[in-house]
Amino acid sequence: MHLAYPAVLAVLLFCTGLYGVLARRNAILVLMSVELMLNAVNLNLVAFDVWLRDALHAGQALTLFTIAIAAAEIGIGLAIVLAVYRNRGSSDIDRLRDTAETDDAETLPDDADAARDSTADQATAPAGKAKKAEATA
Amino acid sequence: MTLAATAGHPGFLSPTGVEIAFVLVGLVTFGAALITVTTKQLVHAALWLVVALGGIAVEYLLLTAEFIAWVQVLIYVGSIVVLLLFGLMLTRAPIGRSPDADSGNRGLALGVAVASAAALVWVVVDAFRTTWINLEGPAQGSTKASGEFLFRHWVLPFEALSVLLLAALVGAIVLSRKEGKDGKDPGGGVGAKGSKGGPRGKDRHVMRDRTDRTDREDRTARTARTYRTDRQEQSAASREDMS
Amino acid sequence: MTTTTLAVLVPLLPFLGAAAGLLLGRTAPGFVRPLAVLPTLAAAVLAVVVAARQGGGRPIDAATQLTPTGSVPVDLALHLDGFAVLVAVLVGLVATCVQVYSTAYLKDDARYPSYAALVSLFTSAMLLVVYSGDLMVLLVGWEIMGICSYFLVGHYWETSEARAASLKAFLVTKLGDVPFLIGLFALAADTGTFRITGILAAVTNGGLDHPTLIALLLLAGVAGKSAQFPLHTWLPDAMAGPTPVSALIHAATMVAAGIYFVARLLPVFAASGAALVVLALMAAVTMIGSGLAALAQDDIKRVLAYSTIGQLGYMSGALAVGDRGAAVFHLLSHGAFKAVLFLAAGVVIHAAGTNSLAAMSRMSGLNKRIPDAYWTMTVALLALAAIPPFAGFFSKEAVLVAAEHTAFGDRDVAPAAAGWTILVAGLAAAVLTAAYATRLWLLAFRGRGTEAPDHGRQPVAMTSVLWVLAVPTIAFGLAAGVLVDWFDGHSLAPSLTTAVLSTGVGLVGGLVTYGAWRHTTALADRPPVGAVAAHPGGEPALVEAEAIASHTAVYGTIADAPDPSDPGRLLLGPMHRHAVTGFHLDALYTALFVRPVGAAARLVHFLDREVVETYVRGSGSIARGLGTAIRRSQTGNVQTYLGALLAGTLVLAIAAVVFANVYAGA
Repeated sequence: MHLAYPAVLAVLLFCTGLYGVLARRNAILVLMSVELMLNAVNLNLVAFDVWLRDALHAGQALTLFTIAIAAAEIGIGLAIVLAVYRNRGSSDIDRLRDTAETDDAETLPDDADAARDSTADQATAPAGKAKKAEATA
Repeated sequence: MTLAATAGHPGFLSPTGVEIAFVLVGLVTFGAALITVTTKQLVHAALWLVVALGGIAVEYLLLTAEFIAWVQVLIYVGSIVVLLLFGLMLTRAPIGRSPDADSGNRGLALGVAVASAAALVWVVVDAFRTTWINLEGPAQGSTKASGEFLFRHWVLPFEALSVLLLAALVGAIVLSRKEGKDGKDPGGGVGAKGSKGGPRGKDRHVMRDRTDRTDREDRTARTARTYRTDRQEQSAASREDMS
Repeated sequence: MTTTTLAVLVPLLPFLGAAAGLLLGRTAPGFVRPLAVLPTLAAAVLAVVVAARQGGGRPIDAATQLTPTGSVPVDLALHLDGFAVLVAVLVGLVATCVQVYSTAYLKDDARYPSYAALVSLFTSAMLLVVYSGDLMVLLVGWEIMGICSYFLVGHYWETSEARAASLKAFLVTKLGDVPFLIGLFALAADTGTFRITGILAAVTNGGLDHPTLIALLLLAGVAGKSAQFPLHTWLPDAMAGPTPVSALIHAATMVAAGIYFVARLLPVFAASGAALVVLALMAAVTMIGSGLAALAQDDIKRVLAYSTIGQLGYMSGALAVGDRGAAVFHLLSHGAFKAVLFLAAGVVIHAAGTNSLAAMSRMSGLNKRIPDAYWTMTVALLALAAIPPFAGFFSKEAVLVAAEHTAFGDRDVAPAAAGWTILVAGLAAAVLTAAYATRLWLLAFRGRGTEAPDHGRQPVAMTSVLWVLAVPTIAFGLAAGVLVDWFDGHSLAPSLTTAVLSTGVGLVGGLVTYGAWRHTTALADRPPVGAVAAHPGGEPALVEAEAIASHTAVYGTIADAPDPSDPGRLLLGPMHRHAVTGFHLDALYTALFVRPVGAAARLVHFLDREVVETYVRGSGSIARGLGTAIRRSQTGNVQTYLGALLAGTLVLAIAAVVFANVYAGA
């Protein structure tokens, strides 16, 4: 059998999984896509093992290990997703944005007083602006 | 095995029966995988994943790796997909079509995936254009052969893997069990869970409120989701109690 | 001690006194007055001893080189000839008198320690200039005087007049000092030395390559320092300083430095006839212009300041006709009587409570309140007006005789044109000098109106020095015969023609002014026109500072007063308006220098604020904008991060593959 067939199939499956990892919103769907990518790798391992006729059959052995590790991974992954869901009420990946840069982060510690003043001024915005204009004049 | 590249092997235009079967099954597998990552229905995605994984198992068979094929069916189709379905249900994934299954960066994902697919296919085809697998002779992945190489050459990794599985088991339990405020073992029994139903429910409402505050969807969608979440909370609670 | 050691001590003692005064001024106030007076007095005594030892004989030269200074050596050199030792005696005498006078004049001043130290430093710098035999060392003293005059003129820095005057004095003299420095370098380049003896020897032997250029460049610095036209404008404004400082600057030190410098290097200037003619023209314009301006001033000290400019014009005139003996003779006698005039004017201002002649002319009995100042000032004014037998007569005669000799070809050092210029201008200036001296005396001491306020007796420290200085004012002219030996040997004796002529025109000027005064006082209205400050218990300096500050406030200008009884107004006629402002030279400078510099400063300010700062702000805002843009990419969405990561990896992998193929193919 032509080696290109399993190799190309593995490539296509891997890239499908890649798309799923990048595009899916639900964390469990992302896990499914990871499984697809793992299977693509497994397919490659088996195909090359058969092609090489390795005496140790390292490819097939590794495939078995990968399957076992995938089972472990999916268990841990699901546990994490459940924990996140319990804490956040959602398992949507693009809502978990605690590391995002926000405008609040721009305020330096030195400016804390100024920021507080400006927020205080917002209540009486016109008066505050007039005061600031006087100060700069 | 570059000798396999010598002339006399059949070309692309004279496929053998195995190759035809491999391609057909491969097409089905690829299609199922595509549906898995694109479908709007989350449960359907899991089910299509079964088809894709099963197709890969058939491919293993065609590559004469019988044992791995059955392991694939047993572990992937039998347990992992079931676990995934459980996960979907525990996180109250909506049944039916959900319009927001894909996140905002679909375009980026599609571009990266297509580009990498093109690059990899180009490289792979370029590299293995003239390489053939010799499937003659005894099956290389029969149960007998697998047992021999696994327990003759790979015993130590096999044992290490069992330790890894144990660690994963413990880790999954620790991660998924609920923290009790009173320090008792929260997974103890129905009574213990019931005693924490009150504060936990309250916590959940707080969480949901916070989620709603940060939610940037329009108001109607949010109320619908809130209603749905409330309804599913009951069923989830009852499911947990049952398990 | 050798004469050289004594001569080294003469500038060194006031310098050490200044350093000690600055160091101890705050911690030990009791030492300030001794530290101010005693070193200066010792320096004066030592200067007399040095002069006696030198005795007008051969010049004493001593030099030591502290460190090699490259192609042209700079030595710590002394060059003691008759000019140097006599000028040093004058400097020491006047400085001592000024220090003694200041102890009373500024007795309550909070800044007296630094003031006294600066006066000592000023004296030390002038003595360095006088004794130095090396032009670079001379320049050091020259510039120290410049900065000391800045500080001393600005002593009352609380008033805007003093601030402006000190800045003006500094900047205008610096305007002359820049070409002066270039001229020194050119001189050293031509002769290969900074030593005065070496330069004079080089001039005698081979002459200079560029005598006119060097002489003109040096003349610019001399004009700045010695207040010659057109760089004289700082001097009248420098009256904003305390009166003792005015006396010091005008009588003996700063303004004398320029004349003295030219006298020392006269052969250099004499090598260029053009330079001498320029100097003669400068002197003539200075003499006549300052005489006219002095006739119009209202501030008593400004009258004296313009008179100083005019007398310096006489000295420049003497130099222009190549007679440095006459120039230094007039410098010495002028130093004595101008010191008397200024110090007496300080007493008058204290007693009258005003510096305005218009206000003084409305007081009667001022001469009875301050008899010491009255008599010494009268003598000094007679000397100024060159009435025999006072000192000013002999020294001015020496100048006029030298000019006459040059004009008629008896002397050939300078062109005859220079001699005629000086002779005519000198006679015209003699009329004007007598006129403004008479006007000053009449307005100050012959006023009619309310009785002058009684401020008690003037301090002895102030009146005694007037008499000390009055002695040379009266008698110094008689020394003309003796001085010939100390100077170049030209006769300094007056000739009959010029004596009769100048005394005659002087009398005419005085009598015409008296007639005009009689005429105008009859017309004048009597009410006092000026503010009079009275601080009977306060120090005299306080009165003066207040008088200076109030003059502008009352009359609108620092120089003029709307007084119809002023004889100067009648004599000058329509010219009065221009003479008051010093013939609008300040306005000219404002248009020529101040405005362009101001505009350039505004341009630089604009460029700095609008152009340079735009770049600075731009770099800041670019960095900030980049930060904002990059921050936008930090969405927190893991999938985006991963997608970007993989896209980058993909690009790199493809690039690696492509390049590998390209190079493999090549």
